[in-house]
Amino acid sequence: MNGAKPFDWRHTPGLSAYTALIFLFFYAPLLILVIYAFNSSRLVTVWAGFSFKWFVAVANNGSIRDAAFNSVIIAIVATIAATAIATAGALALERGRLRFGRSAATALIAMPLVVPEIVVAITTLIFFSGLGMHHGLINLMIAHTVFCIPFALLPIQARLRDMGGTLEEAGRDLYADEWRLFRRVTLPLLIPAISAGAIMAFVVSLDDFLISMMVSSAGSTTLPVYIYGMMRLGVTPEVNAISTILLAVSIVFVAAALLVGRRK
Amino acid sequence: MGPNRTYLLIAPAMLVIGIFMVLPLFLAVAYSFMTANPYGGVTAPETFDAYLQFLYQRDFDDSLVFSPSYALIILRSIYLAIATTLICLVLGLPVAWYIVCQTPERRRVLLFAVTLPFWINTLIRTYCWILILRDEGLANGALRHAGIISNPLPLLYNDGSILLGLVYTFLPFMVLPIYSTLERIDPRLIEAAHDLYASRAAVFRRIVWPLARPGALAGATLVFAPALGSFLAPDLLGGGKKLLIGSLIQMQFTSSRNWPFGAALSTVVTVVVLTVFVIRSRKAQEERR
Repeated sequence: MNGAKPFDWRHTPGLSAYTALIFLFFYAPLLILVIYAFNSSRLVTVWAGFSFKWFVAVANNGSIRDAAFNSVIIAIVATIAATAIATAGALALERGRLRFGRSAATALIAMPLVVPEIVVAITTLIFFSGLGMHHGLINLMIAHTVFCIPFALLPIQARLRDMGGTLEEAGRDLYADEWRLFRRVTLPLLIPAISAGAIMAFVVSLDDFLISMMVSSAGSTTLPVYIYGMMRLGVTPEVNAISTILLAVSIVFVAAALLVGRRK
Repeated sequence: MGPNRTYLLIAPAMLVIGIFMVLPLFLAVAYSFMTANPYGGVTAPETFDAYLQFLYQRDFDDSLVFSPSYALIILRSIYLAIATTLICLVLGLPVAWYIVCQTPERRRVLLFAVTLPFWINTLIRTYCWILILRDEGLANGALRHAGIISNPLPLLYNDGSILLGLVYTFLPFMVLPIYSTLERIDPRLIEAAHDLYASRAAVFRRIVWPLARPGALAGATLVFAPALGSFLAPDLLGGGKKLLIGSLIQMQFTSSRNWPFGAALSTVVTVVVLTVFVIRSRKAQEERR
């Protein structure tokens, strides 16, 4: 065959160009959004110079501030609840002895990832209205906690599996009781993974749209639901600006989760 | 850790998800057999009306008339979800292979770049395409500027724009599972194949693809399931004119106020999706054997 060039299976002609195109497909639309957000013209597509004025307009918009406040409150409560529940669940799945029900537990915890969002949204709505629960924010906090659990659980479970049980066994050999073992050995080792899980849960909660839209009521609009309402009315520079802010928040948090989670 | 403590630790997760997620699914099944209340909600008596509505319409004189419009929406949703899955497979497989071929350092960066879109709000990611595709958008602006067209092309609000939005949303779900199966590939297999004069195509067909298949299968379920119930792409990029199941379900709980029909539709979607997942895990178990 071609004796001049040694065969290198890691190199397929044209593949790097193709992959570059796919990444362009992923990121160019987001970049366009960000660029438009800094466009001073009200006609979104006509460039009229760099400006922060739409961000100022967003910051001065009381409804957006209220919606953002709701979103953050819900995300904080859901993150704390989901992370606590997920940490306990991960410990049970990785360190406990489940004689029966392991696969059932795993399947149940994966449910929020498997069932389509629209189904979760309307069944939650049916459930709360059937119970006569109309507590706005509290309903949303409960709904968010549910779908945040698997996202918080995955990194914690992965970390428990990676680190194995040797350190805990050593602690047990030194007569540490279960609680001290958890406080002094397992928990410190898990902190990076728990933080990463919590950050993921926070981002997922903050970004949720569909479930929030169906479950929220007049006083409990979240930021994505409010943004959707703005989008329905048309393309405006304000939508671009607030979307850019939310985009930046997601990227910063995910990068943080990655950095924190990698720390051993 | 003793069994009692184990069950105590797993209990909160199972209770929260069981009560607030699985129970509502069953409640929706019950609602689908009730009669719609004109102000939302449901009342007795129990009927099959919601399911009959898939194929029939109740006429003024209470007789059933064949009307396939809802069935067509369901079929169209399935067709678009399958198309999305196939396009994602074709687009994603080479990307996964490319990442596998890189140094560990570059792999990590590329994987982060593939994962990141998943964490970015789907609402915002979908909206970006409105900026590009609308009549005054970037694409039409560029084409007009280049003198190729004089009137804007209708790029938005059709099946193509919905499909584009779906592929854009779910492509990472295909790349990641294929990558994670290909990552375990033994380079010696490929080198051996080459030593035996296998062409690139043969290496792909005989070695890479068989190894990638479980990942592709996992990716296909991860793309198909959410694509089937998707709401944002059809709503924002389809303009809500051409309904898909997701938007049809949502409508039953907002403007149409037909909760039983919405519950019936969502029950059908859930059954389809869970069936797909069960078949997939069965197949995955078979392949592992």
